[in-house]
Amino acid sequence: MSALLEVEGLRKRFGGNEAVSDVSFAVGPGECVVLAGDNGAGKSTVIKMVSGVYQPTSGEVRFKGRRLTGSFPEAVRGAGIETIYQDLALADNLDPGLNLYLGREKTTRVLGLPVLDRRAMRADAARVMKGLGIELPDPRASVRELSGGQRQAIAIARAIHWEAELVIMDEPTAALGVPEQREVMALIERLKARGVGIILISHNLPDIFAAADRIIVLARGKVAGERRPAETSDEEVVRLMMGAQE
Amino acid sequence: MSMNASANGASFWKPLLNLWSWLFLALILVFFEIYAQVEVGTTFLFRVYSLQSLAIAAAQILLLALGLTLVVVAGHIDLSIAFSSGFAAVTMALVVNMFGADGGVLALLAGLAAGILAGVSVGVVNGWLVSRLDVPSFIGTLGTYGIARGAALIVAGGAVVSIQNEAARTFGNGNVLGVPIPVLLAVVLALVCHYILTYTRFGVHTYALGASRASVERAGVDVKRHLMILFVISSVTAAIGGLVYTGRFSAGAANAGEPILLYAVAAVFIGGASLTGGQGTITGTVVGSLIIAVIQFGLVFSGLPPYWQFIAVGFVIIVAVIVDQSRDRLTGARS
Repeated sequence: MSALLEVEGLRKRFGGNEAVSDVSFAVGPGECVVLAGDNGAGKSTVIKMVSGVYQPTSGEVRFKGRRLTGSFPEAVRGAGIETIYQDLALADNLDPGLNLYLGREKTTRVLGLPVLDRRAMRADAARVMKGLGIELPDPRASVRELSGGQRQAIAIARAIHWEAELVIMDEPTAALGVPEQREVMALIERLKARGVGIILISHNLPDIFAAADRIIVLARGKVAGERRPAETSDEEVVRLMMGAQE
Repeated sequence: MSMNASANGASFWKPLLNLWSWLFLALILVFFEIYAQVEVGTTFLFRVYSLQSLAIAAAQILLLALGLTLVVVAGHIDLSIAFSSGFAAVTMALVVNMFGADGGVLALLAGLAAGILAGVSVGVVNGWLVSRLDVPSFIGTLGTYGIARGAALIVAGGAVVSIQNEAARTFGNGNVLGVPIPVLLAVVLALVCHYILTYTRFGVHTYALGASRASVERAGVDVKRHLMILFVISSVTAAIGGLVYTGRFSAGAANAGEPILLYAVAAVFIGGASLTGGQGTITGTVVGSLIIAVIQFGLVFSGLPPYWQFIAVGFVIIVAVIVDQSRDRLTGARS
């Protein structure tokens, strides 16, 4: 299996403090790699170097064999890597269609003037959401009125709709109730089935074991271990997160 | 079960709350009409003069409130409109006077252009403060409120600048088929702003900006540029209000917009906008302006001292905020 994303020897210094040192891993198509680790382990820093928010001090990020290091966030998104942040970056006062298309809205012409094509965007949103197994009760309702799981689905739908090949999710279940956590886990399975590669940041053990094809444990900015869920246990992952050496 | 009940309650009350400003407008119109019929024995509303006066009062408020609506939807405020308006009024008067006793249409056009430029300059400073220097808009535009006020007073030499220009007088007082020109101007600008806010990508980004700046930023929208444009639109519509003032009274005054600031802000919030941003419509602001114009005109009509206007408008602002809060509670009850 040729890797979709390859991360090699990533290092990031903030002043005299090395937040990430020598992190390497790969993600294949349809594979979910979990970056596990305690707070401050360097998960977010690694992710931000992949998504272009931070530039690494040294090391390289390759996507489909092409060097991505040094690209701006927009270029990274354009290449097909979509990041879903914890706050989801949704506009709560708009409907799912407009959220799906935010920044790239569809327009049509009326009397020669460009006019938003709300109906087409709503229809697309309903279709994409249906593909994720979610029926929108009222496609005109603002996103504010949806459940946490449905909101997460809109953020994921946005990634899929713009043909992301790799989706990075930062603690997607952190703010959700138990049924909605299950909904999100099901969404991750559907993404994998579509051949989308996933990097999931989490420190929730049940999520980690439910979603991961591989678990990469970070501790103090280094890879403390890499495991397949079947080959490891809660205890071992926790031990690695706490910084136990191999 | 209780979830269901509250959802039904919300679906019953929500449209009413969304429409309350229309209902309120109808209510005060009926009230003043009955009052006029019973107490004075004439009609309040159904006279050309009344309709024109009401429409002009509403237009003068609306011109300041239109651009402000866009700024408020984006989650900001623009207090400087009062004096962008006065600054533009004075600038127009001075430029018209540079053309001599009656410089005709050319002098008028030059004056209008100069007044708009004066408005743009205030808007650019506001936009720069808020978007580049991250100054909270309340403070930033309070600062430019003072600066534009001082600039207008200095330019005017502390006095009202009279002009003698027939074209300008027509611009401020003329009619087209009985519709006063300032009213036509306000209607056209309201349509333009409504189009921008409701039918364009710029409008959607404005709403999204009011809800979550991160949502627009991550969608690749240039937020700094967007804010700059919003503040320029706000200053320019306010400046046009000042130009109308100079035309109506054949004089530019530095404080042309000052008494209208409260009314313009009130119109925007009565019309359904929220201080936290992400809400508000141009139609709402139009209704808000009409409500205030009716209160103003109605109280004058009923012979009360004019100071009662401020109390009445203040009262309506508070009601508007209470309605806004209950609406939020009902929306919350649904989720």
